[in-house]
Amino acid sequence: MSATAPSPSTQGASPVLATVLAAVAGVLFGLGLAIAGMTDPAKVLAFLDVAGAWDPSLAFVMGGAVGVTLLGFPLVLRRSQPACARRFHLPTVTAIDRRLVLGSAVFGIGWGLTGYCPGPALATVLSANVEVLWFLPALLAGGLIERWVSRR
Amino acid sequence: MSDFTPVTSLIGGLFIGASAVWLLAALGRLAGISNMLHALLDRQRWAEGRQALWRPAFLLGLIGGTTAWFLWTGAPVTERPPLPPLWLVAGGLLVGYGTSMGNGCTSGHGVCGLGRRSLRSLVATLVFMTTGVLTVFVVRHVIGGAA
Repeated sequence: MSATAPSPSTQGASPVLATVLAAVAGVLFGLGLAIAGMTDPAKVLAFLDVAGAWDPSLAFVMGGAVGVTLLGFPLVLRRSQPACARRFHLPTVTAIDRRLVLGSAVFGIGWGLTGYCPGPALATVLSANVEVLWFLPALLAGGLIERWVSRR
Repeated sequence: MSDFTPVTSLIGGLFIGASAVWLLAALGRLAGISNMLHALLDRQRWAEGRQALWRPAFLLGLIGGTTAWFLWTGAPVTERPPLPPLWLVAGGLLVGYGTSMGNGCTSGHGVCGLGRRSLRSLVATLVFMTTGVLTVFVVRHVIGGAA
């Protein structure tokens, strides 16, 4: 990102500090999911059930989260590098291809069947939620299968 | 039944957005949870060495934040009767396969991608929202199934 910098900065490259800062971000995310009510799959399905007793709460979660990223990301990316890493790791793919559309469609079907996307499923794994003990290993297996299929 | 909770849902959303901005500012990484989960079982992604530790650290923090909340409030995660195991496995396989193929989920494409004004993520989000709504419609109002 900082092509004009005279030398690559090593400032903040401590892996320990970076790991701690990542964990703090995770805690914020986990608190947010729980406060928002998004850890309850029944509430997520109530959002997707537009023809039933619709609960629009999920739209407020997305609205709040995207509002913050829309404002915050440009401010962060104005800097030449992150506080604790040498560069920003951002996706370079921009293609809207078959894999993006088909993959997202398949994800949505699984989401609609269960009410779980990956975050809430993982987040409740220690909160006496027996459902995710079935769901999470299957999620990981699904990813392994997809990578195996796409490599052949 | 599910109560409409605009205030707490908005506040939770602000936390999630703050987490994503924090992670980008500190580590230059996007808070895409399906990508972090799939990376756990991907040897190539561990090739980054110690730098790869940010992913399990984030995921453990995520579990910690939610677990602490439910310990503190004493509330149950959900009050619905558990879905049949086969149903959950089928859903998990689809979510895992689809997020790996489409490179993201509600957090990576939804929260982060939309924040980056990525057209690719907007398309992904519209697609999974649409198939999610259609799936629930079919399950609840056409065949009247378990979920």
